Amino acid sequence: MPISEIRSSLPGTFYGKPGPDEPPYKAPGDKVDVGDVIGLVEVMKSFHEIRSEFSGILKRFLVENETPIAPGQVIAEIERF
Amino acid sequence: MIKKLLIANRGEIAVRINRAAQELGIRTVQVHSSVDKGLLALDLADEAVELESSSGTKSYMDINAILAAARTTGADAIHPGYGFLSENANFAEAVEASGITFVGPAVSTIRTMGDKATARKVAKQVGIPVVPGSDGVVNDLGAARQIAEEIEFPIMIKATAGGGGRGIRVAQCLEDFGQLVAQAATEAKAVFDDEGIYLEKVIENARHIEVQILGDGHHFVHCFERECSLQRRRQKIWEEAPSIAVSVSKRKEICASAVKLARKLKYRGAGTVEFLYDSKAGNYYFIEMNTRIQVEHPVTEFVVGVDLVAEMIRIASGEDLSIKQSDVVVRGHSIEVRINAEDPGNEFLPCPGTILELRIPDGPGVRCDHMLYPGYEVLPFYDSLLGKLIVWGQTRDHALARLKRAVSETRIKGLKTTLPLFSILADDNDVRNCLFSTDWLENWLEVNSIDEHKPNLDETT
Repeated sequence: MPISEIRSSLPGTFYGKPGPDEPPYKAPGDKVDVGDVIGLVEVMKSFHEIRSEFSGILKRFLVENETPIAPGQVIAEIERF
Repeated sequence: MIKKLLIANRGEIAVRINRAAQELGIRTVQVHSSVDKGLLALDLADEAVELESSSGTKSYMDINAILAAARTTGADAIHPGYGFLSENANFAEAVEASGITFVGPAVSTIRTMGDKATARKVAKQVGIPVVPGSDGVVNDLGAARQIAEEIEFPIMIKATAGGGGRGIRVAQCLEDFGQLVAQAATEAKAVFDDEGIYLEKVIENARHIEVQILGDGHHFVHCFERECSLQRRRQKIWEEAPSIAVSVSKRKEICASAVKLARKLKYRGAGTVEFLYDSKAGNYYFIEMNTRIQVEHPVTEFVVGVDLVAEMIRIASGEDLSIKQSDVVVRGHSIEVRINAEDPGNEFLPCPGTILELRIPDGPGVRCDHMLYPGYEVLPFYDSLLGKLIVWGQTRDHALARLKRAVSETRIKGLKTTLPLFSILADDNDVRNCLFSTDWLENWLEVNSIDEHKPNLDETT
């Protein structure tokens, strides 16, 4: 099955969950639909949702929660249906 | 006098504090996070120390790391600036417990005024009008509904641990109210670790007026008011001193209220008492107090000629106020605009990046407090304020003309900034005639596109 990458257009800090004590938006193995939020990028104190442009199964994250991210960096891989 | 001051902040305010300290003959220590090695303030300070913290980019919030840096460098005082730990009573307490001077008010003052519902109570006690709303924190939805029906919609639901425009929701009617209260409490718990909320009636067409105060614990003065009605998403972007909207007698009343509050608190240091002003009815209402230096302090410095940051440091050193109320006189008019790394032509999207070319404006009546130099990399991890352009004129029209001139002199290449917005605003009829309230800019932005003024945008970015 083809693999597609979800990239961040923004630099900042990546968050895989909506709040520190909350479950992650998605975990590896989860089904992902087009438009589903898979994480947040915090840039200069403002939060931007990262949405999937693909539907499939989330294969893996390539960025850890709460770590810096650069523009163009791959956040996650989706195994497309 | 303090001998060595540690600056527990970054950006333009770290530069500002460093300057004030060095002018007082105090040695400075600038701390920085592991990613923040390019800070301008590091180059200006006498000593630089990297914070040893596991919190990475967030190490400016790490109390233990800052105290450790103070110990290793032998600093006898810490200035918190604004934001970060500046209004964190636990930080101030930890600093004082280590035998180090905290440049700011007493721990108890920070605690009292930091809890916004308690602050309302204190203001009410000394006879200062407060926005109609709940008497302190609202504990259950039933009580909240009852208050809501008494004070009438629209109503603001605010986090008691919030402030600075954060943690606010507006309910237009009783139908939305229950859900919004629940959301606000959940969010307050998540963001501020305190689910306490309180209610305030929305004052329509209100202007934001705030009074600068100084106190040494025994003597208290005001340095008149600032008007900060031009806001986007409850964040100020354009501030002035004095306010054109208040009459001489109203100004006297509002400033006297602020001093009354300072006296009640036995205030020590620089602080700001914020009010909403209903200019049609001539009523003013206390909203909150900030127990720290504020971003927009330079407009006050320009019109009254008092160095507020130096005054804070002197007071923290145990000196008496160097000025009496009769020494504080307003001369002319000052305007400040915030240079943020944001694209005003694209929803104010944050724009970190590298400064490729820089020309900072100067000339008569122009001051620019900033953190930039050519080659500086503006990081995405911190807020978008790069600096402030502040102008002074003999009259408000003179100040507006200088603002336009100074904006057109400025060159910041490598990223987008909010500067182009200000030359357009300076020409706007409502702005020129001071016909604005706190919701004016949001409405203006809905109908005015910054893109239409593309030539200007290209010129300044």
